[in-house]
Parts: sequence; structure tokens; C-alpha cells
Amino acid sequence: MSFDVNAIREDFPILKQTIGKYPLIYLDNGATTQKPQVVIDKITNYYTNENANIHRGVHFLSQQATTAYERARTIIQKHINAKQSYECIFTKGTTDSINLVAHSFGKLLEKGDEIIISALEHHSNIVPWQFLVEEKGIQLKVIPMNDMGDIDINAYQKLLSNKTKLVSITHVSNSLGTINPIKEMIKMAHKVGAYFLVDAAQSLQHFKVDVQELDCDFMAFSGHKIFGPTGVGILYGKEELLNMLPPYQGGGDMIKTVTFEKTTYNVLPHKFEAGTPNIVGGIGLGAAFEWLSQLDLEAVKYYENELLTYATNQIKEIKDVKIYGEAQHKSSVLSFLIKDMHPYDIGTLLNQQGVAVRTGHHCTQPIMDFYGIPGTIRASFSLYNTKNDIDLFIKALKRAVTMLS
Amino acid sequence: MTIEEKEKEIIDDFAIYEDWMEKYEYIIELGKDLSIISDEYKTEEHIIKGCQSQVWLHAEKEDNKIYYTADADAIIAKGIISLLIQVLSGQTADEILDAKLNFIKEIGLQEHLSPTRSNGLVAMIKQMKMYALALKNK
Repeated sequence: MSFDVNAIREDFPILKQTIGKYPLIYLDNGATTQKPQVVIDKITNYYTNENANIHRGVHFLSQQATTAYERARTIIQKHINAKQSYECIFTKGTTDSINLVAHSFGKLLEKGDEIIISALEHHSNIVPWQFLVEEKGIQLKVIPMNDMGDIDINAYQKLLSNKTKLVSITHVSNSLGTINPIKEMIKMAHKVGAYFLVDAAQSLQHFKVDVQELDCDFMAFSGHKIFGPTGVGILYGKEELLNMLPPYQGGGDMIKTVTFEKTTYNVLPHKFEAGTPNIVGGIGLGAAFEWLSQLDLEAVKYYENELLTYATNQIKEIKDVKIYGEAQHKSSVLSFLIKDMHPYDIGTLLNQQGVAVRTGHHCTQPIMDFYGIPGTIRASFSLYNTKNDIDLFIKALKRAVTMLS
Repeated sequence: MTIEEKEKEIIDDFAIYEDWMEKYEYIIELGKDLSIISDEYKTEEHIIKGCQSQVWLHAEKEDNKIYYTADADAIIAKGIISLLIQVLSGQTADEILDAKLNFIKEIGLQEHLSPTRSNGLVAMIKQMKMYALALKNK
């Protein structure tokens, strides 16, 4: 199999639009990816022909909707190679998944227990653990990084001890693009008996991730960054671990029996899925993974890497550009500043020329503090971007720089 | 010149440019003409809340007229506050408080800005009017 970007682009109707007189150049894929037609059709068809509540009704539509929802779970299970489909819990997204672990796993923790994160984390993999620092008196340890944006593995080794209960690390940094050596880090955590959560919000859309090969204990990701709908995501957890955790939220679907005296909980995955879920979101996410699974993901990885190299070389030709994040292994994210120009000014002028980028701290203020900057301009590429996109982006950037000089 | 006359001038200036990139070029040029706030006022309490970038604003009264100075860390924000200062600076407090500032709608600035920037613009105007109100009877 190989990879044909022009064929891929045909699947994304939104890419055909213009912003004013300029063609849309969408380089904000780190924030959210666009949706292929099959996902859009799935959502439309669900509301047009299939809508019903799941896991409850005896009627035809309800059974059909339940089957579609559970089928989506199985598609996702296969894609990440989980042992069981019920190890994949539907959530609202990465943030919700991490909060679930912080809440339920957090209940098992005691004062003095330690959780390790890294300097590269998104706020959603920092703040939920800070709640536990306040509530439980646990210690939060942070693995430092170097100027290139690489995690300091020696420092990580030193932080690990028998007090470490959980290590929660981003697979790919949303701000800098660093791909962390997650497999090695998981092994190191397991040696001291700690569990490991992978924040995969920025990885599954770029390359294949196999939870059994990694041997991670939890993995969190969002649907909308992987060509699926917003408001839906997954928490993967190993079966025995999920069984060990107390439930997250109480309500319908998560119970076996309820009396006013005592409630017993449902089995996985329902124990963690209280209330009517985002049914169409789950089904749409299944469609997104089905779409993704038929691509040659090795070829996608190679292609995106080519795009990143091309863009990096092009941007380096602009005077006074400083790139943030030059890790050894990097996904297709280009974070930069130019002289003392404000990211908002550049972002605004790029937008005028049809180029969508993100400006600001990207929900990673500690990274910005590390470099002593308020924020960056971030161009993040996806499999439907082309070298032509990058040429137009660089051309627009050069014009913005001239205007601001 | 009255506020309306100044607004008219700006509307005419903007009409020359068809492309919004050219209009932004003009806004950036305006930013360079801004009467810069003196350093002693570049403090936390002079920051306009609600702007995405940092904008400092100060006002003084002289011969019954209000004069503004400002600065911003982003040039486009600087240009926008400069535009407002051009219209309102040198007018009496009452004139400033009564100003409808229809030119903003006329030149299409508000709908052209991102929602956060547009909120910033509203915050700038509000702050300028607050100064006029505070200085009115001083």
C-alpha cells in the first residue's frame, strides 16, 4: 500500500473552501482535525434513520443503535489492539479520561504516595493531579526537559521509587511535537510497581499505537483530534485495573441493582459510563477509526515526517526565526517565533491570507515559562496537508513579517 | 474637528483599500503613530481587562478636554487603540460619553476581528468612556 494525498483530500469536503479570496490552508490540526465524509455521513444517517437510546429499549431502533455503538467500541479496540472491547471506556475526551483516572484511581491513594508527570504536559495532565495533591496530600513530581524539548530520562529514573503509584505522560507534546520514549518509560515505571497512563491526544492521528505492545495501564485520547466528532473520547484501561477502581459518576447504565440502602455496580465498560452517552459521537468515532484503519499508517507517518522536514527547512530561511521544539523524535508540529513579533499579530495576518494556525501558550504554560516566552505560533500538520499548503503558508508568513517589520 | 468629522475621515481612509490585508497595513501604520503612554503608567492597573494582548491606557484632562495615551505588546492592538484615540482624544468628556462610534461598524472592523479581539475592542471603548466619566468633574 502507499499513500496518495490527493485521494485523501477528496475525503475532506471542508478543505475545498476559501477564506475571502484565499484557499483555506488548515494548519491547526493539533487543536482539532477535519472530518472525512464517511464520518459526516455516519452522523447524518444516525440522526436521519437510527436515533434511539441505547442499552435500554426492546424496540428495533434501540437495538440497532446499541449494536452500532458497541460495534464502534470494537473497531476502536481492534485499532489500538486492546485485549477486550470493554477495556475501552467512552468518555468526553482526553481531559475527561484523565479526570476519571484522577478521581477513581485517586481514591486508592494515600498521603505521601507519588505521581510523576513531565515538563511537557498539557494542563489537562497537570491540573487533575493537583486536585489530588490538595485532597489527598500526594506528591506530584515533574520530570524536567532540555532546551530541545526532550525529556530527561536520567532524572526520570531518579524520581521513580516504591512511592511512585502512577506515571502520567504525554505520548506526543502538543506544543513542541516531541515524541516521548514511552515504551521505555513504561518499562521503567513497572519495575518500581507503578502504573502508567499514556496521554495519547496527539499520537493516534499520526501513527499506529498498540496498547499491548506498549504495555501501558491506561491510555487517554480524544475523538475530535483523530478525524472523529467532538465531545467523545476513550479511556483505555487494563481489565483487572479497571475492575479494581471505584466508579466515576453515578447514574443510569452504571448500576446493576439500586435500592435506597445499597447499589451494586454494573460490569465493564458500563460501570464507568453513567447516563445516556454521546451515542452519535461514539458511532462517529468508530467510523473515523474505520476510515483511519484502511490507510497505510506507516506511509502516513513517513509522509507527515516529510512535510515537517520540508516546512522546517522553509521556515529556517526566514530571518530571525526561532523554532521551539527540536526533539530527536518529533511529530508534525512546528512551533516558532520571529524576532519580537507578537504571535497574535502574525496569527491575525496569516488568517487574513487563509492560513489557520494556533497562537498562544497552547494550554502548556509551564513549557512557555521554561523558554521565558508568553506563547508561540504553532503550525500543526495532518495527513491531508501538502507541500503546496506549506509553500502558501511560508509565502503568507513572509508577507506578515514584512508588514510587521 | 468633531468626533463625527474624524470618524468620517477614517471611513474615507479605509474605503481606499479593498483588501483587508491593506487595511491591516493601515492599522499597523496607525499603531506607529500612537501617542505612547509614559512608563510610569505602564502598570497592572492601566491594563485594559478583556484584551487578548496587553494594552495599557491612560487619560488626562487639559482645558476641559480629555487626552489619551496608550501602548500594547501586539502591533494590531496598538493600531486599533490608536484609531480610537485619534477619534476621541482632544474632545470633552461629554462628547466622548455621547460618541456612538458608528465608524467601527462602517469600516467593518468589528465583524472582521476574531470574537476575542472584538471583545477587546469593546473593552477598549468602555475603558476610554470610563476615563471620560471619571475625569468629567475633576
